[in-house]
Amino acid sequence: MSRVGFFLQEALRALRRSAAPSIAAIVTIVVTVLLLGVLVPVLQTTQGKTEEVRDQLLVKVFGYPESTDQEVRALRDRVAKMPHVERVEFVSKAEALKILRQRLDDDSITEELPSGNPLPPALNVYPDDADNLEAIRSDLAPPNSKGKPQPFSPVIEDVVDSREQASQIRAVTGAIKIVLTAITALLLIASLGLVANTIRLSIYARRREVEVMRLVGATNWFIRWPFIIEGLVVGLFGAGCAVFILWLGKVTIVDPLSDRFALVAAQNTIEFLPLVAILIAAAMAVSALGSGITLRRFLQV
Amino acid sequence: MATRTRARRKARADAAQRRDPRAPIVELRGATVIYPGGHIGLERVSLDIHRGEFMFLVGPTGCGKSTFIKSLIREVEPAEGEVVIAGSDIAKLPEKRIPYLRRRIGTVFQDFKLLPNRNVYDNVAYALQVIGASRSEIRQMVPETLRLVGLSTKIHNYPDELSGGEQQRVSIARAFVNHPPLLLADEPTGNLDPVTSIGIMQLLYRINRTGTTVVVVTHDREMVDKMRRRVVRLDEGRIVSDEAAGMYADEESTNEFAVRMRSEMGVGEGHTNGEGHE
Repeated sequence: MSRVGFFLQEALRALRRSAAPSIAAIVTIVVTVLLLGVLVPVLQTTQGKTEEVRDQLLVKVFGYPESTDQEVRALRDRVAKMPHVERVEFVSKAEALKILRQRLDDDSITEELPSGNPLPPALNVYPDDADNLEAIRSDLAPPNSKGKPQPFSPVIEDVVDSREQASQIRAVTGAIKIVLTAITALLLIASLGLVANTIRLSIYARRREVEVMRLVGATNWFIRWPFIIEGLVVGLFGAGCAVFILWLGKVTIVDPLSDRFALVAAQNTIEFLPLVAILIAAAMAVSALGSGITLRRFLQV
Repeated sequence: MATRTRARRKARADAAQRRDPRAPIVELRGATVIYPGGHIGLERVSLDIHRGEFMFLVGPTGCGKSTFIKSLIREVEPAEGEVVIAGSDIAKLPEKRIPYLRRRIGTVFQDFKLLPNRNVYDNVAYALQVIGASRSEIRQMVPETLRLVGLSTKIHNYPDELSGGEQQRVSIARAFVNHPPLLLADEPTGNLDPVTSIGIMQLLYRINRTGTTVVVVTHDREMVDKMRRRVVRLDEGRIVSDEAAGMYADEESTNEFAVRMRSEMGVGEGHTNGEGHE
């Protein structure tokens, strides 16, 4: 027990003496952990959305918002006779609104809409086989003279394939993911380097102590522990600050928003507490690794 | 697991019993230390130091005195020969046991190696803290040792508030606080004036009389001559003489030395001193 006290005392003494490099390391860790804390839920949300869309194997035929239910329903039989089509489902404007309301879990949405129901009537076209999705799509919207898809009826505004939708979402979120991941990776490396640097300076500042410890017969681990604890304190403190900022952001920005917007309240993301545990563990791992690398290189015991 | 530990402990106890209590505490057997770059630190040095002995190690700068000290705490390892301390060849000690070897050997240096941001008490207590001594042991042993070295009144002072002699006393207290059977002093009076040096040497002698073996490396000719203890002289890594109650060098008065220096430097003959002759 007195040993742990001694290690802590030595580590804190060292931190106080070399405040500038310690603060630099702490700030970097705060930024890294913050980004990581944002990145993890964002990655999970986009992943979930992309998969959700990709799983729906159908072609959607949307009318114009002005199109009436009758106009679109009339197309139903024509579409049903097309090759590879297994069945066709008609979604009226009212039904579309109901689905939207269900999905957003908000009944008040109709009252807030300015001019009635803006949703178009639609047809859900199910293929007999997943591989024929593309064939149905080109039958519904054959390429025109310019090579662009042109819907076969003027009532139709757009023909959407769920795969295409998924790949569009994926393209956008993929870019965000790559940028966020790259920044986080760079910041992780920077934190590692700055923790290592803090410990290196600490070893230099305490070379006399180290020399005396070796002379009077302190074991190697006894000499190393204060430095490792110093690194861990830097990591823990940085992670603590970042978690506090994340919590503030959650309470003041995300929570009020998610009450109003279903998209923000991403249902299938990680809970806050496990996220905090992961972030703290990551910060500790980075700082322990940083200390460890430096001790191996610069502390010849 | 427990039985294995017990067996090992028993084996160690047996080995200790087999050891002759009158066996030398330090034995060097043809120890040769070669530094990287080919410089020879020690060359085939064989030497016994017995328990309770007080020994001087003298010789010109670069003769291997410091290498001798370093080889005893395995700071350097001999390329040939062996260094045996308390019956065990320290080259065979696993890396992990070296700290425990060093706990049994106190070391004192010319530059004191005190920690400037700790006071006298903490400097001495530090040596016990880092070997994991309990708080009650520290509270008992530190004041006791500071009383022995005569610094009871200065326990709250910082090293830069002390004289050189007092700083060296702190460093001796730190080396001796856990009562090692062997104390090595590398030029302990090298930075001190003659009067202070006598005090330090008396302190080392007092420690020696408690049963601790003391090895003092020194340049201090007068001190060696006065103490009349065993003197081992090294030159270029070899032992050139080993006398039971020796003098620093062959008898040579200051005048004779001056004559020799002048003749070697080619200055006029017969000038025994600066004022010349009548």
